[in-house]
Amino acid sequence: MSAASPVEVEPDVEQSATPDEITVLATPWVTIVWNDPVNLMSYVTYVFQKYFGYSKKKAEKLMLEVHNDGRSVVSTGSREEMERDVQAMHEYGLWATLSRSE
Amino acid sequence: MSAFTRHRRSGRVIANFTGFEADLLRSLASQLVELLRNEEAMPQAVDPLEAMMDFSGPTSAPEDPVLARLFPTAYSDDEESAAEFRRFTEAALRDGKAAAACTIIDGLEEAGLPPQLEEEGLMIDVELDRETAEIWMRSFTDLRLALATRLGVEDNDEDYWAALPDEDPRAQAHDIYDWVGYLQETLVRALS
Repeated sequence: MSAASPVEVEPDVEQSATPDEITVLATPWVTIVWNDPVNLMSYVTYVFQKYFGYSKKKAEKLMLEVHNDGRSVVSTGSREEMERDVQAMHEYGLWATLSRSE
Repeated sequence: MSAFTRHRRSGRVIANFTGFEADLLRSLASQLVELLRNEEAMPQAVDPLEAMMDFSGPTSAPEDPVLARLFPTAYSDDEESAAEFRRFTEAALRDGKAAAACTIIDGLEEAGLPPQLEEEGLMIDVELDRETAEIWMRSFTDLRLALATRLGVEDNDEDYWAALPDEDPRAQAHDIYDWVGYLQETLVRALS
């Protein structure tokens, strides 16, 4: 158990973090699904509906982005959340990566 | 040709396989299980004590191209994060995919597929609840990814495969790949 600090320390967040760092901390992460020659369009749509709870319309739009553009951002959030989503996509056999949002 | 349909009243997903089809599906699923459980692909510690104490997963991508496709690198431009992600996820993903393939094997055997197929004219009627059907659907993806990676399937290459002579083993393997795709398509439709 750690002892209480004998001296009161003023939190000094605003002065120590530069505007750039604040932007970096606030930048969300994204899960990207990439096109592959194997996965069925119907299956990819099904997975987006089932896992993310997206409507059929939204799931189809994302699937077509993957198909036509080679990739699509399918979710946005914290790094931990995106790692969970990428792992889930790999469970479903989709090719997914995460990166910082651009 | 066999296909999955949803039984209207019970909501269960059904398919009727010939003994040959069921045996083929079991064989594909078994090969996948074997590949996933292949210890060579797991991290190898030199020292036996170290091996026993090593609870962590692998940090580098598998050498086998099928495994590399089943467990893609999660960070494309950050090797360290990619290694960490792999260490914490690959073992669970491997177990999940192996368990899913085993669900197919068990389902076929429970439906009457004998250990050795000898009887002619045997039909295997499979009836799956929704949850189990989704596991089959997911595992069909793994089987198709495995076959496609071995074959070198690419976008819009149908003409190439169609032009291969029938006796070419790759043509036969590609027919099987197409067949599993057809099964998966009908299964997705039955579940939608």
